[in-house]
Formats: sequence, structure tokens, C-alpha cells
Amino acid sequence: MGKIEDVPVINGEGFQLSVLDKVIATARANSVWPLPFATSCCGIEYMATMGSNYDVARFGMERMSFSPRQADLLIVAGTISKKLAPILKQVYEQMAEPKWVLSVGACASSGGIFDTYSVLQGIDRVIPVDVYVPGCPPRPEQIIDGIMNIHKLVKTESLRRRYTDEYKHLMESYNIDSNE
Amino acid sequence: MSRLTLTNEGVLETLKNQFGEAIISSETPYDLLTVEIDPAKNTEIIKFLKEEKSLDISFLTLLGGVHYPNDANREFCVVYHLHALVANFRIRLKAYLPASNPTIDSIVSIYDGANWQERETFDFFGIEFKNHPNLVRILNEDSMDYFPMRKEYHLEDATREDKDDRFFGR
Ligand code: SF4
Repeated sequence: MGKIEDVPVINGEGFQLSVLDKVIATARANSVWPLPFATSCCGIEYMATMGSNYDVARFGMERMSFSPRQADLLIVAGTISKKLAPILKQVYEQMAEPKWVLSVGACASSGGIFDTYSVLQGIDRVIPVDVYVPGCPPRPEQIIDGIMNIHKLVKTESLRRRYTDEYKHLMESYNIDSNE
Repeated sequence: MSRLTLTNEGVLETLKNQFGEAIISSETPYDLLTVEIDPAKNTEIIKFLKEEKSLDISFLTLLGGVHYPNDANREFCVVYHLHALVANFRIRLKAYLPASNPTIDSIVSIYDGANWQERETFDFFGIEFKNHPNLVRILNEDSMDYFPMRKEYHLEDATREDKDDRFFGR
């Protein structure tokens, strides 16, 4: 379990006072369950990140969730073809709020070197992305850095970000029903 | 048991005797017998190669398309690679089609394995295979409205807007 940072805590005899929002946010940030949507070479790099050398389990990501229903973070690593785009969108839609998206590598972020008829020119054409990790492929350290940035978002965002107008507007722009 | 041996000359001779005019020309680049055939006769020839006992060229290695945009009336080419497994002999057949009507008979009735390969050739080149059981796109998304391997289309994605050509060596 990670340390609860920056949370004001008042300890008394037999009780402890704190800010619920921050406690929840910290708990969330330290138990982000990732759904690896990995294709091609970046997917291999993500596998290294999962492995014992880099060990994402250190960040409360012990369990790879291959079911979108039980995942908080969609990690898209690799080339996404246009034919795969609707499936990616469907997976994203199946995830329950709160949910975040990490785009790993040049391909997922922009189509990368595959500037061609068959490749989606960045996953942000079909789903909103929270953090982009550049590189072709990015090293596991960079992917972990991306994950740390996701953690920062999780810790600082409003717990009910999905009710904000900004978020609703974003979802609308992607034609995704956020009230599901 | 005597092993069946096939030679480029022998097979070409057999084909010419059997089909005459339908065998348009031939060459042997890298010692691979390459025969241009009449596109109207493709099924007959392939069936003959398969069923003729003295040849037994009965394995379809590959079927694909080529686009030659500058060759008037023979813009599209369907290429068949066939293999005689017993004699270990390979042959390549080419059938040229005009861009105005790139249509050729399907060989699915002879080789089931041609099914997906013909769909792929249709998907990328728009070559129609007559009598194919299910001629729809196979690799590209269904909503695609052109045939990407035709040379009049740019390879690059037409929807890109964030890439600066200067950084891509163009
Ligand atoms: S960004 Fe590079 S390494 Fe990653 S999937 Fe694309 S080509 Fe492969």
C-alpha cells in the first residue's frame, strides 16, 4: 500500500480526521487496475514493464484486468488499425467510471511511422486520452513515468469528474454516452 | 517407384499442346517457369495442371494481384503460383486484365484455399472474381470505399492533419 501523501490528518485519541476526498483519491491512485490493450512492439515493451524487473505491481497494479468492467486504466500500447478502432472504442465504453486512458508509444498516440490507409492516426480520434507516452517504443521507465502521471491525475482530479460539464462535453465530442 | 520429374520445357510443351493460343508467352526468370495465359482460360488451365496425372501440379502456393497503371488494357495482373509437391516443381501463371473490366473466373471450385486469397486480391485491387462464393473485403474495414493497393491512391492516410511533411522526409 502506498503512502498517503499530502493529506492533512488530525490524530486524536481513538479517532482520526482527514479529508475523505483525498483519502479516496489516494486509495484509488494506489489501486489502479490496468487493462492492457497491447498490440505490436509497444505491447512487448509493456510486457517488460509488467515483468519482475520493472514490476508495475509496485504501484498497486498487481492485477491485469482483462475484463473492461473491472478496469480503471486502459493502457493502449501499439499500432491500432482502423478496423480495430471500433473495438477499442467498445472496450472503452464498457469500462466503468472512473476510468483513465494511457496511450503508449508513437503509434497509439499519432499513428507513428504508419502514415498509411490502414492505421488509425492516433487513438484520440476515437477515445479521449489522459496521458501520452512518446517513444517508438518507449522504455519501461517511460511507461512507468506515464503511469505516475496518471496517478497524479487520479489524486488531484475531482472524485466526480464525470459530472463536470467539461467531462460531459468531452464525452459528447466523442459520441460516448457518459451517463451509462 | 519412379519419381515424377518435371522440367520447364516439358511442362510448357504440354501446356502449349493442350491449350495452344491460350498460352500467350513464357519466360523463366530465376529458372521459374512463368506463363502468361488467356484470362478467359484460367480455370481450365489450372484444373488441367491439377488433374493431369503426368503433371500433378496440385498445390496452390499463392494467388495475388499486381497493378501496372501504365500498361494500357493490361493494367491488372492476377498471379498464380502453383507447386507440384511430388515432383517439387513450381510454375507461375499470369493473367492480365484491363482496368475497364478487371474480372476473372474464381478458382475456388478447384482450390478451396483460393477463397480468402481471392477476397484479399479483391480487397486491395478491386479485381472481381466471378462465381466466388463470398466476395467481400477481408482485411480492410468494410466501410473503405477504395482499393488501397491501386497506384492511383496515395499510401498515406488521407485524414492525417497533425503531421508535417518536413519531418517525414517528403
Ligand atoms: S510506436 Fe514504434 S514500437 Fe510502438 S507499436 Fe508503433 S512502431 Fe512499434
